[in-house]
Amino acid sequence: MSRHEPVLTMSGIRKAFPGVVALDGVDFRLLPGEVHALMGENGAGKSTLIKVLTGVYDVDDGRIELEGRPVRFSGPGQAQQCGISTVYQEVNLCPNLSIAENIFIGRQPGTRPLVRWSAMRRRATELLERLHLGDLDVNAALGSCSIAIQQMVAIARALDVDARVLILDEPTSSLDAAEVAELFRVIRQLKTDGVAVLFVSHFLDQVYEIADRMTVLRNGKLIGEYPVAELPPVALVGKMLGREREALEELQELSVRPDGADGENREAVLAAEGLGRTGAIEPFDLTVHSGEVVGLAGLLGSGRTEIARLFFGADRPDRGRLRMDDQAVTLHGPRDAMARRIAFCPEDRRNDGLIEDLTVRENIILALQAARGWARPLPRRRQDELVQEYVDLLGIRLADPERPVRELSGGNQQKVLLARWLITRPRLLIVDEPTRGIDVGAKAEIQRLLTRLALEGMAVLFISAELEEVLRLSHRIAVLRDHRVVRQLENQEGLTVDSLTQVIADGGAA
Amino acid sequence: MKRLLGSRLVWPSAVLVLLVLTNLWFSHGFLSIEIRDGHLYGSLIDILRDATPLTLVALGMTVVIATAGIDLSVGSVMAISAAVACLWISKQDHQDTLAAVAVGVLLALVVSLMAGLWNGLLVSVLGIQPIIATLILMVAGRGVAQLITGGQIITLTSNTYNSIGTGYVLTLPICVLLTAVVVAAGAVLTRRTALGLLLESVGGNPKASRLAGIQSRRLIWGAYVFAGLVAGIAGLIDSSNVSSADGNNLGLLIELDAILAVVIGGTSLDGGRFSIAGTVLGSVIITTLDITIVTIGVPTDATQLFKAIVVLILCLVQSPAFRARIAPRRRRRNPPAATPDALPPVTGDVVEVSA
Repeated sequence: MSRHEPVLTMSGIRKAFPGVVALDGVDFRLLPGEVHALMGENGAGKSTLIKVLTGVYDVDDGRIELEGRPVRFSGPGQAQQCGISTVYQEVNLCPNLSIAENIFIGRQPGTRPLVRWSAMRRRATELLERLHLGDLDVNAALGSCSIAIQQMVAIARALDVDARVLILDEPTSSLDAAEVAELFRVIRQLKTDGVAVLFVSHFLDQVYEIADRMTVLRNGKLIGEYPVAELPPVALVGKMLGREREALEELQELSVRPDGADGENREAVLAAEGLGRTGAIEPFDLTVHSGEVVGLAGLLGSGRTEIARLFFGADRPDRGRLRMDDQAVTLHGPRDAMARRIAFCPEDRRNDGLIEDLTVRENIILALQAARGWARPLPRRRQDELVQEYVDLLGIRLADPERPVRELSGGNQQKVLLARWLITRPRLLIVDEPTRGIDVGAKAEIQRLLTRLALEGMAVLFISAELEEVLRLSHRIAVLRDHRVVRQLENQEGLTVDSLTQVIADGGAA
Repeated sequence: MKRLLGSRLVWPSAVLVLLVLTNLWFSHGFLSIEIRDGHLYGSLIDILRDATPLTLVALGMTVVIATAGIDLSVGSVMAISAAVACLWISKQDHQDTLAAVAVGVLLALVVSLMAGLWNGLLVSVLGIQPIIATLILMVAGRGVAQLITGGQIITLTSNTYNSIGTGYVLTLPICVLLTAVVVAAGAVLTRRTALGLLLESVGGNPKASRLAGIQSRRLIWGAYVFAGLVAGIAGLIDSSNVSSADGNNLGLLIELDAILAVVIGGTSLDGGRFSIAGTVLGSVIITTLDITIVTIGVPTDATQLFKAIVVLILCLVQSPAFRARIAPRRRRRNPPAATPDALPPVTGDVVEVSA
């Protein structure tokens, strides 16, 4: 097959759900040996297109051709047999099984119902060697590995079926910089093997680094297909948002750096003095003042979340102490922290944040209600008022606050979580990766909200893997590396993503 | 109307109507209710009365299941409660006095409460999986009941005690009124306070609930205590019906019917959302089914199988996967609006939905 003959062609794809047309006459093609980025805001139709392609959904209209032959998959299994493999944003594997089992589950080597365990382990090791992960113990439980490794295992699983098309849906959202580089090395390797890679990511710089061409969707419609070199980021964002000028102004307005100079004369809300927890974070000093955003910068697993959990009483420190209003305090749990008006939006929205079965309203009032206790229910009218107020304030887009929160998009779910804590009127708001996996528009809104809250006097502890974002919002930045706070920096002129990266790399020695 | 059809109680209600119609076909007087000696009589009243122990047990089970737990010990708790009450009353010189019965009932309830405390301790403090934790008392409880009754069936001559299960007040059976009061109390306790929301939260996501400041340990403990207490009341009703306490057989296997009633009522075994109204409906359905088997004359050998088949059908019509299969092709292509990828209607120029 020629290199310019598409391996996959989708034409005139239409898919409607009750109330909304998710895909409206979308064309899409994928060449062998290319990395093709699928771009668009949340809800533009990226996920639906992938699900149509992999047979999760049936199309209402349109054709899918694989190497020139029309195909129609009844499910992901069939798509996989035809050489289309998918690695989803959330790793869809079984943490309780071993790495080898996860790679081969459903297609174990051996004559059914028997399994040839030795062959399975050998082939697993071979596959992982192809990804330069040969030194992993394939008998280890997947759950004991880092998210990055789990992601690699998911890719190994996809590769085992001789994939001609590999779909990577937000593969980098839980990876740190080094791991992303590792993943990209693997993707480039696959490219030279002739695999067509469909890449979905919210990180524009990553798209520009790895992709050859991109297809942009907006509101379920095809906007266009472009070679990456011919579409600069500004133009891309414009096409994704469909409201070029305002959106860009919005982002520029935000990049005005907060004034770091007047941090001194503010009152300290929470101060850590030699606070530490064995195995989680080395003893550190850190003070958060009212009206101040303190950013925690560092790689994934460097101890950022661990600090947040100590500040919220979710974990107990075994060294040092916390001071609040010049008094030593011991937090015996989240309730203790809440009573002192500390709030915490955790990193993992789905597992640690939201109760997915409950409605938006119930999720929003949950922390306030928990603080009041079960015997003092918040009157329903007051609930509705509060929910309406914060839905408006945060611009949460929803059909009905009485619908389950799991129906909302990532960005709106994040806002629901913020609303839950904002109605408790915290003095210190801890936000852990509040903008991960959400689209540009919602991201800008959340950044603006945090800036405004600080202006109004709230203390904010802001955690993000995106250094640019940390730089944009924080008055002060604590740099972490290997479970240690290595430097604390005033965010002044001259501090750039590059210099911050350098501090992280040097471990604060410079 | 649409809202009514969308309710999760529609299917169970339809099944109940179908069961009643079946009974009516075989026994024409099924729906008739008459007043004899100032009491309401009729098959429907019988169903309500027979359903009382199961309804109470299932009520407690609902709350426990909402926390993503399960209580297998309820049948044994019923037996213990009955044994305690009957033993106390049987030792009195005058079994008919209100004082004798009241003290016996009170003792039984205290013991039931302790059984619930024990289960809750194992589950919420010691972190034992609910199915194992309550299995302990399910097995051991029978032994405890046997010890209390001395291995015999204690028989009473107390009319006062007997009237709990068979007496009437205001033309209605006392046990039905009692159950209605307990169910109403349970509903008020969970829905008029924030207790229901907090329970659903803990059952839906315990980790997130802790980080939202909910004291899940106490809540879960409380759920088991409540389940123990209402199982104790159910045991009293059951034993007063026959004026005796049989440690071996009283409440035997009722936990299975109770779990079934909860599930029929639309509460998921995964925890989270629960419906007390659904559970009551489920209990009444199961009781009606038992009576239907008698009315239509299913041979004794086949009753278990017949019941199983009806339950299977009931579960099938409630299963979303099964309904999607038998639904017309056109509807099948549209996944239900509840999937994570469903698109809420939006206004304005930006559509934002889950990716």
